[in-house]
Amino acid sequence: MRDLLDGAVETARLRGAAYADARHVHRLDESLVVRTGRVEAAASGESEGVGIRVLVDGAWGFAATASVDREEVGRTAARAVEIARASATALRNRVALDTREPAVGRYATPVAEDPFRVPLEEKLADLLAADEAMRAVPGVSFTEALFQAQREQKTFVSSEGAFTEQTITHVGAGVEANAIEGDEHQRRSYPDAGGGFQAAGYEYVRSLDLAGRAGQLAEESVALLSAPQLPAGRRTIVLDPSQLYLQLHESCGHPTELDRVFGTEASYAGTSFLTPDLLASGFRYGSDLVDIVADATAAGGLGTFGWDDEGVPAQAVPLVREGIFVGYLSSRETAPRIGRASGGAMRADGWNRIPLIRMTNVNLLPKPGMSLAEIVADTDDGLYLASNRSWSIDDRRLNFQFATEVAYEIRGGKLGTLYRNPTYTGITPEFWRSCDAVGDASSWVMLGTPNCGKGEPGQTGHVGHGVSGARFRDVQVGVGRW
Amino acid sequence: MVRPAATDGGVLLEIGERLLAYAEAEGASDAEVVAWLEDASLTRFANSEIHQNVAESGVHVSLRFVAGRRQGVASTDRLDDAALHRVAEAAGRIAAVTAERDDGVALPEPAPIRDMGEALSAATADATPDLRAAGARAVIAAADAAGVIAYGSFATAVETLAVANSRGVRAAGSRSWAQLLTVMMGPGGGTGYAERAAVDVGTIDAAAIGAEAAERARASRDPIAVEAGDYQVVLESYAVGDIAENLGFLGFSALAVEEGRSFAEPGRRIGSDLVSIWDDGADPGCLPMPFDFEGVPKERVSLVDHGICRDVVYDAQTAAHAGRRSTGHGLPAPNTYGPLPMNIVMAPGTTSRADLVAGMDRGLLVTRFHYTNPVHPKLAIVTGMTRDGTFLVEGGRVVAPVRNLRFTQSYLDALAGVEAVSTERRLVRGYAGGMLVPAVRIAAWTFTGTTEH
Repeated sequence: MRDLLDGAVETARLRGAAYADARHVHRLDESLVVRTGRVEAAASGESEGVGIRVLVDGAWGFAATASVDREEVGRTAARAVEIARASATALRNRVALDTREPAVGRYATPVAEDPFRVPLEEKLADLLAADEAMRAVPGVSFTEALFQAQREQKTFVSSEGAFTEQTITHVGAGVEANAIEGDEHQRRSYPDAGGGFQAAGYEYVRSLDLAGRAGQLAEESVALLSAPQLPAGRRTIVLDPSQLYLQLHESCGHPTELDRVFGTEASYAGTSFLTPDLLASGFRYGSDLVDIVADATAAGGLGTFGWDDEGVPAQAVPLVREGIFVGYLSSRETAPRIGRASGGAMRADGWNRIPLIRMTNVNLLPKPGMSLAEIVADTDDGLYLASNRSWSIDDRRLNFQFATEVAYEIRGGKLGTLYRNPTYTGITPEFWRSCDAVGDASSWVMLGTPNCGKGEPGQTGHVGHGVSGARFRDVQVGVGRW
Repeated sequence: MVRPAATDGGVLLEIGERLLAYAEAEGASDAEVVAWLEDASLTRFANSEIHQNVAESGVHVSLRFVAGRRQGVASTDRLDDAALHRVAEAAGRIAAVTAERDDGVALPEPAPIRDMGEALSAATADATPDLRAAGARAVIAAADAAGVIAYGSFATAVETLAVANSRGVRAAGSRSWAQLLTVMMGPGGGTGYAERAAVDVGTIDAAAIGAEAAERARASRDPIAVEAGDYQVVLESYAVGDIAENLGFLGFSALAVEEGRSFAEPGRRIGSDLVSIWDDGADPGCLPMPFDFEGVPKERVSLVDHGICRDVVYDAQTAAHAGRRSTGHGLPAPNTYGPLPMNIVMAPGTTSRADLVAGMDRGLLVTRFHYTNPVHPKLAIVTGMTRDGTFLVEGGRVVAPVRNLRFTQSYLDALAGVEAVSTERRLVRGYAGGMLVPAVRIAAWTFTGTTEH
C-alpha cells in the first residue's frame, strides 16, 4: 500500500504540489437492528479508496477515488493538483502548515473481543432478548435494539516523509422503548438514543447488559405517558452523563474548533463566540470547577487514535482550565495562526472526504468530592435530567436548548416526581459559570456519538465525551407552549 | 473491471445482473441489487477566498439477499468479481442466521419507469473546477462591492441509480444537481443568506445570489433586540423548506403511521385552506428521480389538500402491510426509517412575496432557520434559531433588523395559521431531492428565547 500512496504523492509533486498527502482507507461496517421483534436490519458493508490532498501555489486541492489501481490513483493525484490550481484563482492568504517531524508508526485500538468475530447469531440473540424484555411490559408501543461495529484500516503518507498505519475499531449498542397514547409519544433509551459507542470490542456491548436494563426502561416509557408536564421556571438542575455529554459536545466541543472560529464553517454550521481575543484575555467560560480537555489518548473514546489525518500525534489539549478558556481544537493550518502547533484534531470521514477539525474526546474532568449520587443527595430543591431527546444551539454556539427523556424532581436530596417532556435552555458561558458541582471519578463514564455532522460535503464524525454528571443553578426549564 | 462513466446506468444494471446471479447461486429465494454512482465536486469559500476544493467519484453496490422470510444485506464500493462474490456470500450468511420476519419480505414487481431526460444536464455533468471557481469569484465580487465578507459553497453532482431485483425490476436513471449558497457577514453584525439549486448549473446566476445575500447582510447591520413572545411572521422559502422537510420526516411516512408516532390521519385538518402539499418525484422543478431505491416508479402523493391531511408515502414493505401498492418512496435496504417523501412541493398562493410583508401589521420577517430539531415529534413541536436576516416589520414595512431568536413551535400549528402564500416559489435542496416551496405569512409564531447577535 505504501508504494501506491508514495506514487500518488510523487505524481502530485511532479505536477507542482509543494505538499501532498495520500490516505488509503479500508472500512468494514456491521449493523443489526431489531425493531419490535423483527430483525429490520442485518447488514455488512465494505468501503475502500484513496484520498489525495495537495497544496499548489498556497491553495488546497483534494480528490478521491474508490480505485486502488495505480494508474487511476495517479489520475486522481493529477486531478487534485488541477483542483488546487482552480482554488488559487480565488485566494487571498496562502496556506502555511506548522513544521514538525514526520510521523512514523503503527496504532491499533485495544480490543479484547473482536466484534466482527462474535457470531452473528449471538449478537442477534442479545438484541432479541433485550427487545423481548421491553415488549413484555404492557403499554409499550414499539421498541428497538441495535448493534453497530466499524473497523477502519488507514495508511497515511505525506511528501514530508510521514508514514503511519492504524486500525481503529468502534462498537456500539443500545435499546429504546416507545410508548404512545393519543398525541403523547414518550421514549426511553439506554445508554443513549441511537446507542452508546466506544473504541473497544464486543466486551463493551456485554458490559451494557442491555437485556438487564430493558424492562425498567420500558416501564419508564409507559409511566411517562401519565406523568405531569414539567412546569416552566428557573430551577437547579443535575445533568446525568447521558445528557451532560451532549451539552459538552454542543457548547464546548464545537465552539472550540479553530476552523469554525476562522469562519470556514460559517456557511453551514456557523462560527463561534470563542474568538482568539478571548483566548488572550483569559475569558471565563465556566466556574472554577470546569476543566475541559480534548484528549485523543483517553481509553475507550471514539476520538482516540495514534495520529490524526495530518500525521499529528494524539495528545491531550486543555480547552478550559479552572473555568478559564485556554485552548482550541486545531490543525496544522489553523494552529500557527494563533501562534501554536497543531493539537492533532484533523480527521476525515472515510477515504472520500477531506480532513476537518473534529472533536477528539472532549471530556469534562471529574472533581474529587462528591459522586453523582452524592450531588443529588446534596441538592435540596432541583431536577435530575437524563437521556437526551432533542438538541439545538445557535450559529455562534451561545443560545442552546435541550430536551431530555426524563426529569425527576429532587426534594431534600431524594428523587421524586417523574415529569415528561422536560426542556431547558440557556446561554453557554452563563450556564457553565453556574456549575457548582461536578461528579467525582467514581461517576465518570466515556460516552460519545458516531453521528457528529460537519462540513460540506457532509461528514459524519465519531467523537467521544467523558463526563461524570454535574449540577447547575438557576436554569430556565419548561420551554415553550404545550 | 472498468469503472462506469457517471451516467452509465446500463453498466450499473449489468453489475446488478451479475450480483443477482451470484445471489441465486448462493441460494437466495429472492434478491435485490441497488447500485448508486456519484460523481460530485464542491468548491467552498470563506473569508472571500476558496479554502476547500474537493471531488469524488464512487460507486456503492448493495445486495438484499432474501431466504424465505429472512433477509440479509451486504454492500461494497468495489466492483471486481471477487468483491461482488464476497457481497453475495456475506448477505447470504447474514440471511441464513437472522430471525424470520413474521411479515415476510416484500419485493416490488416490475412497473414501467418513465424516461426523465430533464433530470440530467450535460452542463452540470461537465462542470469543471474553473466553472465553480468562477461562480465563487462572482459571489465574492458582490460581497466586495457591498463591503461584506463571503462564505459559501458551489457544488455540482451527477448521480446514477440502478435497481434490479429477482422479480424482474430493472430501473436505471441519472440526475444532476448544482447548488450555490452563500452566507455574507458584514460590519455591525449584519448577515445575509442566499441559495439556488438547479438541475442545470448554467441556470444558476452567481452574481444574483451574491447580490441577494449582500443586500440582506447590509440591511441586517446593527440589529436591535426584541423580546421573545408570539409574533406574526413572514417566512421566506428557505425557512418554509425546513417546515416541509421536518413534517415529511416526522409524519408523512407510512411507517410512522403504522407505529402510531405520526400526526397524519386522512381527513384530519392540519393546515389552513391555503395549504396544499404533495410529493412528486417526477416534477422537473424538484431535482427529480423517476423511481425509488426499490425500483418503483414515484407516484405523485397528495399529503395535504387545502389543509386536510390526505395520504402518506409507502415503500414495498409498508404497502404490503397496508394492502396497497408502494408509492415509490422506498429507501435503500436495510431501512429502519421507513419510506420518506423526497420531492415535496407546496402549492403557490395568490399573494406576491412583497405583499406578504406589506400585509403584516407588526411581526417578523425570517430568512431562514438554523439547527432545528423536534422536541415532541408527534405534536411536531420543533425548536431552532433564526439566522442570516431577521427583520421587524411594522405597518407593512421593514423597520429594523433584529437579533436572532429561538423558537419552540408546533409546525402543525404553523400550517393551521398560514394566512397568505406567495405566488413565487423556490427550489430548496433537501434530503435526497429538492423541495419547491413558497414564502408564507403565519398568524402567530412562538419565539422562546433571544441571543446576542
